[in-house]
Amino acid sequence: MAIRERLSGNEAIAFAMKQINPDVMGAFPITPSTEIPQYFAAYVDNGLVDTEFIAVESEHSAMSTCIGAQAAGARAVSATSSCGLCYMTEMLYIAASDRLPITLAVSCRALSGPININNDHSDAMGVRDAGWIMLFAETNQEAYDNFLQAMRIGEAVDLPVMICQDGFITSHAIENIELVEDDKVKEFVGEWHPEHYLLKKGESMSVGAYATPVYYMETKRSQAQAMIDAKDVIKKVGAEFGKMTGRSYGLIEKYMMDDAELAVIMIGSSAGTAKEAINEMRAQGKKVGLIKVRSFHPFPTEEIVDALKNVKAFATMDKDDSFNGHCGPMHAEVSAALMAAREFGPLGINFIYGLGGRDVKVESIEKVFAELEKIAATGELGETYRYLEVRE
Amino acid sequence: MKDIVEIRWHGRGGQGAKTASLLLADAAFNTGKYVQGFPEYGPERMGAPITAYNRISSERCTVHSNIYYPDYVVVVDESLIQAVDVTAGLKENGAIVINSGADPEELRPMLKGYKGRVCTIDANRISEEELGKVFPNTPMLAAIVKVSGVVDAEEFVKDMEASFKHKFASKPQVIDGNMRALKRSMEEVKG
Repeated sequence: MAIRERLSGNEAIAFAMKQINPDVMGAFPITPSTEIPQYFAAYVDNGLVDTEFIAVESEHSAMSTCIGAQAAGARAVSATSSCGLCYMTEMLYIAASDRLPITLAVSCRALSGPININNDHSDAMGVRDAGWIMLFAETNQEAYDNFLQAMRIGEAVDLPVMICQDGFITSHAIENIELVEDDKVKEFVGEWHPEHYLLKKGESMSVGAYATPVYYMETKRSQAQAMIDAKDVIKKVGAEFGKMTGRSYGLIEKYMMDDAELAVIMIGSSAGTAKEAINEMRAQGKKVGLIKVRSFHPFPTEEIVDALKNVKAFATMDKDDSFNGHCGPMHAEVSAALMAAREFGPLGINFIYGLGGRDVKVESIEKVFAELEKIAATGELGETYRYLEVRE
Repeated sequence: MKDIVEIRWHGRGGQGAKTASLLLADAAFNTGKYVQGFPEYGPERMGAPITAYNRISSERCTVHSNIYYPDYVVVVDESLIQAVDVTAGLKENGAIVINSGADPEELRPMLKGYKGRVCTIDANRISEEELGKVFPNTPMLAAIVKVSGVVDAEEFVKDMEASFKHKFASKPQVIDGNMRALKRSMEEVKG
């Protein structure tokens, strides 16, 4: 029987870490993820885990600690947010290219400036090309479930995994959650027996070596292949997790999409708010739906194209901006996916929304659908690069 | 969503409005409900106005926004009714519960024409008398439970007793005071 509890998203991640009992945690605090190492440190102190907890002086060192530990053959975890994730960036690339399946919890927060502690996805999106698998959660439950699946996914393709949730909105909100029993978690996550690692007796190896132009590109190509291969692994692990808990996961979640003519594509906690907007609009007979992206990297190209096939108009919602003068990162991915599939039917626009904790309400999503209704009716896209609920 | 109760808390940084909202979430959770308890975070400092929220429902609520049309408002610090628009969006068939020694009708003129139910409870005095210091959380929590009926009163009292026993296992002397504060508040809330 699952355990009925109520936890904040940060508590849920720390609890998942406790159940997994990783070998090493490298940690440096930053709002709003500070509670994760804080709660976990208490588990360490109380002898509930035998993790080596390494308090370091910066996020750069936190990730370096994880890299050293994971390369030695250990399982390593960390947690961070915002500028902390920025400060890790150099080492994030190292972790991915050294093919070390580290697990990192991110409680997403805006980047400076202006200085802001609240939620958006600028931090995670800023490191999206570092080569990490990136899973996003709508709820505390999904943050917990994703963390329990992370190691199975990462270790299958030798890539690190970032488990993202929305800072404060889910990280600090108490909500109901169903926890999996300790023994089931242990069995599901399994033990980590890497084929090659630094402390392996009788096998010398080097990690993080220099690669000349003769080797560099092949290394990158194999890294790219691992990310492609991760798609099937995420689906397989998500299905297996579903057998254990009744909660199955894929690359995306479709909500009321079967006959939807208008759709929003979203990531994170606001997808839940969108569901309520959709419920209300459906009650008025409007054919609206949601595509929630769980796996941002690898990007679910086929799944999204398939879900959009019969849609008249859609809006990709980016909780961050690329400042490239035309769209946010997810809209670029969605547009490229449609182009590659030669799918030119649906009319798509991009909304930048919810920056720096700007509250996203049910009415906010209804406004987006109202714009999509106009586009579907007239066939006129208008400006494709828009900001939602901003004072001009 | 039907059968959802939304509550907004107004307090000052350091007074424990956030803690009270989390305690209410706990109490409702313990009676089998789905709960949300979350504060609105900003550059907080002691004494600055803060807001916290609860959603309580029989099915999981998927909305992750602040609450703009609450069923109930709890004001932990009376001085806030002059500083913050505490009745903004408050439903007329709901209620506002204010920590004050005044009668509800004395405060109504300060509530910008709010026509719904106004309740007061002297949580500071109760906590001073029962706990020896101003710690209005417990009595405010009890008052909103009584006024809203969001948690069954009897179950709430039983549940809080168990949680105090757990929380104050190392200082059992404060359990009785907290329980008295809780029960008095449920009896003394006016309006």
